[in-house]
Amino acid sequence: MRNEKVIDRSAYKKPVKANRLFTFSRKQLCIPYGLFLVMFVVIPLLLIVYFAFTGEDGSFTFSNFIRFFSDTTKLSTLFISVLVALAVTVICLIVAYPVALILSKMKGNVAMIFLLLFITPMWINFVLRAMAMKELLSLLSLPLGNMANLIGLTYDFLPFMIMPLYSTLIKMDRSLEEAAHDLGAGKVKVFTKVTLPLSVPGIISGAMMVFLPVMSCYVVTDTFSGSTGFTVIGKLIAWSFLGEGGTLADIHGGATISLVMLIIMFVTMIATGGFKNENNARGTNL
Amino acid sequence: MVDKTQDKIIELVNINRTFEDGVVAVDNFNFYVRRGEFVTFLGPSGCGKTTTLRMIAGFDKPTSGQILLNGKDISNLPPNQRPINTVFQRYALFPHLNVYENIAFGLKLKKYKVTYQDEKGKQFTKIEKLSKKEISAKVEKVLKMVDLEGFEKRGVATLSGGQQQRVAIARALVNEPEILLLDEPLGALDLKMRKDMQLELKEMHKKLGITFIYVTHDQEEALTMSDTILVMKDGIIQQIGTPTDIYNEPKNSFVANFIGESNIFSGTMVGEKKARFIGSTFDCVDDFPKNEKVDIVVRPEDVVLLDEDKGQVKGKIISSIFKGVHYEMVMKVGKTEVVIQSTVERKVGESVSINIAPDNIHVMAKEFSSNKYDGYITKKNTVCFGDGEFECDVTKLYPGSILDEEGYLITAEGEKIDLTDVDVDVEVGLKDIEISDDADLGGAIGNIVSIIYKGDHYQLIVRTDENEEDFVLDTEDTWNENDRVSVIIPKEKIKISLKQEIKR
Repeated sequence: MRNEKVIDRSAYKKPVKANRLFTFSRKQLCIPYGLFLVMFVVIPLLLIVYFAFTGEDGSFTFSNFIRFFSDTTKLSTLFISVLVALAVTVICLIVAYPVALILSKMKGNVAMIFLLLFITPMWINFVLRAMAMKELLSLLSLPLGNMANLIGLTYDFLPFMIMPLYSTLIKMDRSLEEAAHDLGAGKVKVFTKVTLPLSVPGIISGAMMVFLPVMSCYVVTDTFSGSTGFTVIGKLIAWSFLGEGGTLADIHGGATISLVMLIIMFVTMIATGGFKNENNARGTNL
Repeated sequence: MVDKTQDKIIELVNINRTFEDGVVAVDNFNFYVRRGEFVTFLGPSGCGKTTTLRMIAGFDKPTSGQILLNGKDISNLPPNQRPINTVFQRYALFPHLNVYENIAFGLKLKKYKVTYQDEKGKQFTKIEKLSKKEISAKVEKVLKMVDLEGFEKRGVATLSGGQQQRVAIARALVNEPEILLLDEPLGALDLKMRKDMQLELKEMHKKLGITFIYVTHDQEEALTMSDTILVMKDGIIQQIGTPTDIYNEPKNSFVANFIGESNIFSGTMVGEKKARFIGSTFDCVDDFPKNEKVDIVVRPEDVVLLDEDKGQVKGKIISSIFKGVHYEMVMKVGKTEVVIQSTVERKVGESVSINIAPDNIHVMAKEFSSNKYDGYITKKNTVCFGDGEFECDVTKLYPGSILDEEGYLITAEGEKIDLTDVDVDVEVGLKDIEISDDADLGGAIGNIVSIIYKGDHYQLIVRTDENEEDFVLDTEDTWNENDRVSVIIPKEKIKISLKQEIKR
């Protein structure tokens, strides 16, 4: 005998949705950012690509690139920019590492105060800082030029190197250093075999936060170059678009340099593993 | 017989460690470890066991005292110059190196003095490092020992907890240390894995003959593995002994309580090898002066559970829990609870009786500093304890409270509380009790059962008739034993505290 029970299916019906014109969900929170991204990143990017590959008449051409790579002044500016950026990065690293190391070993409030001392420059306007440094240099009767440029850039970008290094070092498990010490390593070996290799993510993010912006940051070099007229590639881009510095406004040329820069940065990022998720030790947590 | 003084591998002499904030982590430690021994530092967190281990390893320096390794003071040597290796609590494996590189880390740093002879017969020494071949042979050997062959190229992050544990042990052992320190190495493993590793470590210790110093808060682990256990509490060594010693002959109630489950009763010696507790007199094997207050430890498995009329002490079962191999039951005798483990279950509410064999009764000297009683507040806001009724200041139970005309307590927040029949803990100092011949003067009446001369005063015990409650007191007056006296305690000297928050 079967028990033929009639089940009232209507009871299982989904509740009727409230008849509203617009239901809000969490996904919609990204709309403002999406719009922003499209307007200020995607469209300009597409415009750069479009202008870089078109001529005055709007037809597709490689001539802009040919022009750029055959212009020795532009190429040498690019080359020197990379060189200066490298030099500044290395100097910053050499200065910042001991600072970050000492800060990370300090205890309690003292560490906090010193850390603040080192990173407050980050909160002061870039140009203001550059101007202040310039005055300081003239007070020390140091002439403007390449040396002043290096000092100024290092001073301006140092906090961006200290922060990622500090946050990597502070997170490091102290028992790893103790373990190395325990296994027979002296103080120097503990540093070279454990502390240094484990802080590589911090070094990479610090280096990228210094190296890439230095190449385009012409405000600082303008301040410190003086009569040498030295400039970074970023300035060339600005000139091309604005038609300053004795050149005619050339949107296509400017777009080409921008694209070349973009590719260089992209390649550096990939080479240093900057896209990997584990290297998230950026100095953004302060 | 082996000369034990020759056999000491490491000795701590008057070691003190006070932290910068004034906390005394280690208070005057004196002990030694014999070569090849498996020693465990056991104690609750904050007892100083890890600090002691860190001082032996060299990560921490004693504030004062000496650490002697083979008779030489090493307290100021850095860790890399001590023939001691550590297995860390969270393993501390190098995440940027693979299993092989982790284990070879110490070997690659090792330097040996090798003495050569040139053609002219002149001797000269050279400092040499281990060759790649030697290193790899050593790593292979130790990997085989910890059962991780074939894992050389694996990154440490890809290993399970147990495997990481083995790598950490291998990394320390491969350096052939004289002493291996293990800082709660099994804490992060699950129970089954922990039990397996315990036996494996014990096996390794036997095979290698290296001295192991092990830190744990797990008493079972300590009992399973050690040759010698050092029980610590608040930076003070409580007892040093073999696992059986510590289990069977705990020196004080802390050790008894920390090592395994135990019943700790408050008792009195009433004759030669006779102790009185839970309302009955038992024969025991420990001898203490007559009438001395003692702590009595009885392991739950040593209580023999019998039918109602067959045992020495009668009681009622108030709880029974099945624990797998046995039942754990609680029997109530008067106000005291006795925990019993037995394979035979007795139902809750059943009247039973117990016997305890003399050699299962462990008697310990009681550190006596004050009288403690269970009491309750009466309607008149007096307190009843020790077979007597005493006046007391109930407003002390709640700071800032006052009594109204009807006898209710008004708290600082203005709440009205009826204190009648509220259970309280009562504490009275030894010097705060007076006695008198006049039976009407005091709150309780009893006989003087003991008089001990303590150099400049007498310590008396007054025992009441009904529940045999004892009042211990210091006095400079002379009394005689069996004098009948009343106990007087000034109102302000009775310290009372609530057993639990009053439900309002």
